[in-house]
Amino acid sequence: MKAKVHITLKNGVLDPQGKAIEGALHGLGFDEVGEVRQGKVIELQVNETDEAKAREQVEAMCKKLLANPVMENYTIELSA
Amino acid sequence: MKTAVIVFPASNCDRDAATALEQATGTAPHMVWHGEAEVPDVDFIVLPGGFSYGDYLRSGAMAARSPIMADVIRKAEAGVPLLGVCNGFQVLTEAQLLPGALMRNAGLDFVCGMQTLQVVNDDTKFTGGLKGKSYVDFPVAHHDGNYEADEETLDRLEGEGRVVFRYVANPNGSARNIAGIVNDKGNVLGMMPHPERVISPVLGGTDGAAFFKGIIEALN
Repeated sequence: MKAKVHITLKNGVLDPQGKAIEGALHGLGFDEVGEVRQGKVIELQVNETDEAKAREQVEAMCKKLLANPVMENYTIELSA
Repeated sequence: MKTAVIVFPASNCDRDAATALEQATGTAPHMVWHGEAEVPDVDFIVLPGGFSYGDYLRSGAMAARSPIMADVIRKAEAGVPLLGVCNGFQVLTEAQLLPGALMRNAGLDFVCGMQTLQVVNDDTKFTGGLKGKSYVDFPVAHHDGNYEADEETLDRLEGEGRVVFRYVANPNGSARNIAGIVNDKGNVLGMMPHPERVISPVLGGTDGAAFFKGIIEALN
């Protein structure tokens, strides 16, 4: 299966990169832009056909390495 | 007195740390590659500065999971003194030996230059050499040195005297101007500034020499 892991900063964690992007967008005239937060997406190929098992495995990867629970949240998207 | 410096791919202050340790102990430290399974039996371990694994994923994240770290964590939990400088501090938080995280500098710039630090707690295993000094000058050189933790953790660190160094002029946005903290047992210190870079007048300062000398004297 393919897994897409979205990693975002927790609410309240300062995101200077998001702030810089926000400032640049305002500078370009996109006045409608409110708060900007930057995250990352990690795509994984998992050699597992059972969705529940794949989710469990990717969940373990997130906890062990992919995300830092001190400052980040993650969501997992699976597809065949 | 036996010491060790852990060397990760793209560590770049490992030899500076080795020079500082040799100056303080008279003996060259063991240089231990990250792929090893065990650190030799030593009295003091240093995780050096640098950009281990190119700072991929998060600074210190990959190094914190490299093979040698299982034994480093085991030894730290058994009470062996462990110092993490700069990238070493990032590795310590990623390994959860210290609370919080080192985030991108608030100003987004790489900061590099001498910093005056307040010695907040000179009553630790690591600060005997700084007794009587209210302030020291150590240089910083980092992009991800913005120390963040939740308010409860910050209150606890301050309440328990675990904030060891504070910036006088905060260069990176760190919460409560924190530059260095110790763990609850007091045997693990993480700090962003580089004491190993100021161990001789020719390098622009000697506060780092006093710092390392103090650590070694406390161990003797």
